[in-house]
Order: sequence, then C-alpha cells, then structure tokens
Amino acid sequence: MKNVHELVEKNTGLMVVMILIVISFGALVEISPLMFQRQTTEPVEGLKPYTALQLEGRDIYIREGCVGCHSQMIRPFRSETERYGHYSVAGETVWEHPFLWGSKRTGPDLARVGGRYSDEWHRVHLMDPRAVVPESNMPAFPWLAENTLDGELTAKKMEVFRDFGVPYTDEDIAGAQAAVKGKTEMEALIAYLQSLGTALK
Amino acid sequence: MSSFWSIWISVITLGSILGCFLLLRWCLKNKTGVKEGDDMHHEFDGIVEINNPLPRWWTIMFYATIIWGFVYLALYPGLGNFKGLLGWESSNQDIRSLAESKAAHEEDLANGSLNEYSRAIAAAEERFGPIFAAYAQRSVEDLATDQEALKVGQRLFLQNCSQCHGSDARGQRGFPNLTDNDWLYGGSPAQIKETILQGRHAAMPAWGDSLGEQGVKEVVAYALSLSGRKVDPVLADAGQAKYAMCAACHGQDGKGNYAFGAPNLTDDIWLYGGTEMAVTETVMHGRNGVMPAWKDILGENKIHLVTAYVYSLSHDK
Repeated sequence: MKNVHELVEKNTGLMVVMILIVISFGALVEISPLMFQRQTTEPVEGLKPYTALQLEGRDIYIREGCVGCHSQMIRPFRSETERYGHYSVAGETVWEHPFLWGSKRTGPDLARVGGRYSDEWHRVHLMDPRAVVPESNMPAFPWLAENTLDGELTAKKMEVFRDFGVPYTDEDIAGAQAAVKGKTEMEALIAYLQSLGTALK
Repeated sequence: MSSFWSIWISVITLGSILGCFLLLRWCLKNKTGVKEGDDMHHEFDGIVEINNPLPRWWTIMFYATIIWGFVYLALYPGLGNFKGLLGWESSNQDIRSLAESKAAHEEDLANGSLNEYSRAIAAAEERFGPIFAAYAQRSVEDLATDQEALKVGQRLFLQNCSQCHGSDARGQRGFPNLTDNDWLYGGSPAQIKETILQGRHAAMPAWGDSLGEQGVKEVVAYALSLSGRKVDPVLADAGQAKYAMCAACHGQDGKGNYAFGAPNLTDDIWLYGGTEMAVTETVMHGRNGVMPAWKDILGENKIHLVTAYVYSLSHDK
C-alpha cells in the first residue's frame, strides 16, 4: 500500500490545506457560537453609541497607539476590580469595531476611566504626564491641543459603523461634521476617555 | 446558549479529541512497508532515516493528555451548556447592569455557588468588611488621631487621590492643596466627606467678553490688592467699582463662599497661580474645576477613612 503519511510529508500544499482544516475545528468551536450568543451580541442596558466627537477621539486613541500600553479589559479578579471598578462584560463592547481591549498594561487599564478624573486633569496629563503623575513614563501628546478636526470624514465613519449595526440615526450622521468641526484632537480624545466604561450602571 | 450551539460545541470538541486518539492509533501502525529498525532509504549528508516507532513514553503521555481532557471536560464547564460536575464558574458574565450583577452575586452566595469571583469578593468582605464598618462607626475627628486608621486612609488616598492632589496632598496648579487648611467647599468633616462622595463642579464664568481687556485689568488689580499685593491704585479703584459682580460668589469682603466653591481672595493662596498673568487668565476665560464623585467607586466606608486622612492633614494633633 502507498504510504499516506509520505504523501502529506512530501507535498507542502496538501499539508497546508490539512493544517488549515485541523485549526478550523478550534475556530468552529471557539468563535462561531459567540456570534449567536445574547451575551456577546446584545448591548448592556445603558450602552449608547459614541457621539461624533467621541468617535473622532477613539480614532485618535487608535492613531496614537494608546492600545499598545493601555488595556480596556478589567478581568473578574478582586485585585483588578478593587482598582478599576466592575469587571468588563461582553455587552459593553458589542459596538466596538475593532475592539480596543489591548493585551499589554504598561499604563493602567482604561476600561472605566470615564468620570474618574476631570477634563482638566486629562488635558494637563496629556500635555505632560509628569506634571500630575511624577513617576509616569507615558509620553506627552502636546500636538493634540494644536491639531483641529475638520470633520470631513466623521459622517462617513458613522455610516460605516451603522452598517455594522451601531444604531446611529440620520440626525446623528447629518450633524456629525458640525459637532466636531473646529474642535481640537485633545477635546475629542478627552470626550472619548470620559465615556469609557460609563455604560454599565 | 441555545441547544443547537451547545450540541455543536460538544460534538466538535469530543469529536476532535476522538480524532486525536484515532490519529495516534493510526500512526502507531507500521504502514511504511519497511521493517521496524530498518533503513527508510532517505539519506542526506550521511544521515540516514530509520523506521523507528513512536517512543513509548511519548505515546503514554499522549494517551494521558486525552484522559486529562475528558476528566477536565467532565469536571469544568467546557461542553456547551453543561456546567461540569463541580459547578465551577469564573464570574457572572451574563449581566446587563450593575443591579443585575449585584443580584447575581447575592444569588451565588445564597446558594453556595462555586463562582470564583463572587467567592473572592465574599471572602474579602468577610475579612475586611468589619474593619471598615468599625471605622465607619467612629467620628472623623476621632479617626484623625488614630495612626492605624490614618495609614489605611493614606493608602486609599495614594491609590485614588494622589493623581491630582499629589502624593504629599499638597496639590498643584488647578488641583487644591489639602494641607493648608484653606478650603473651597469647607473643611469640616461633613463638608470634606460630601466633596469626596458627590464630587464638586466649580463654575467661574469667563468675564473677558463683558468686561473687556481694560475692565479685566482693573478687576485683576483689585483682586490682587485684596491679599495685600502692591498694585496700581487707580486700576484697583476702578476694579473695586466693578467688583459687585464678583461679590455674588466671592463675597463683598472677598472671603469666598463654600456654597459655590468660590475661593477666598484675601489669603494669597491661588489655585490657578497668583501671578498677574495667571489671575488675568482666570478672569478672562473662567475656570471650571471638577472634583469627581467617588461614592460609587470607593463606597461610603472607605471614603469615611479618606475623609479622616484629609482632615488630619490640616489638623495636626
């Protein structure tokens, strides 16, 4: 009889296909059911879509790579919830595309940073983190105070999010540019940060 | 989870383990047509492949992992809706609000569920709850003389308050110094506690538009003169005439008002800086200092201790 194992060993293309099949079993079990669970598809009671300004702030959060050092995922351990607040649940991030849970905490978790500090504190802290937290090793982001938003693409972004199932109304989208135009990136980012984790009430 | 997905997960998971088992059995059979221990006729750089069976210790480990997998799936949740024989759970993930979370937590405790997070919280509450509750029974003035209580209060302060007020509580520009016994919203234990519990929102309006540049200059001169600074008397006199608007919050005598968080202008303590430039900035554009509310984050008992610590900073015994 022909050696079947030899066939796979000596045919790279076939081996790639078979590896993909094997891995896909994991995905079928781990990922596909999540797309149909109430837990992971329904928002928590207080969840609201980001306002135009918060949405722009979120894009700045992504642009500046904040997710590289800050997670947005409080795990259900007392050591975390004592410091950050109630653990994160899936229903809080159903409208996040992509989610910004992160996987590295050089700085603290930001999942519930909304309302923890004043807007002024965030402004001072983003201009120069050491001004308020002397031992901080976070970089300063002073250009955020200088750059202003034109809001050209804000409505477009909201439309894309609506296609993902985020319940933006026509008025939200129509007023998007006016809501952000002339605002600084600093204001947008702070608006975004102040909204984080406030949905679970 | 619907029964469809529950079955889906169970069938694929168990099927995969079974598949691994069959793959192992299949690999253990010699299908090469070469006798065990003989040359496979591959040679490279003088290295020859020999048809050796899988090592016995390795095969046994493979079987062991399969058995381990079945035992794990029997004890812990893994197969769809089956909760496992132990009934262990990490946390209540199926909640929609904090009220639901609390209800689920209490239900866990009532029926002795093996919810890891609920048990960790309950254990901590049992251990630390009485300590905080005992402190909560005592007055802030009393706690302010208790070194143990102050240590706990200081620890809470460093973790939650020092980001704005500084680790020495001396504050900085825009964030009040808590050690100088000069208060925006009052320094009695009840007032301090209220500030921490509910937060504060100060609202100094911007006067630039209504007063104009010259008007602001005059008012600034008068404001500076209130704490005994040397200013141009002509400007200060003109400023005094306009001070009525300021008096609504800062008081006729400039000593401030706890109800609005309006600072005392006569004590030469400046939250946003006392230079002419800084005060001009304040009058021109206004200030909106915010103290966040900590009631939901720390809870009343812990805030009671933080209050005692803050109170002790300006009431040395």
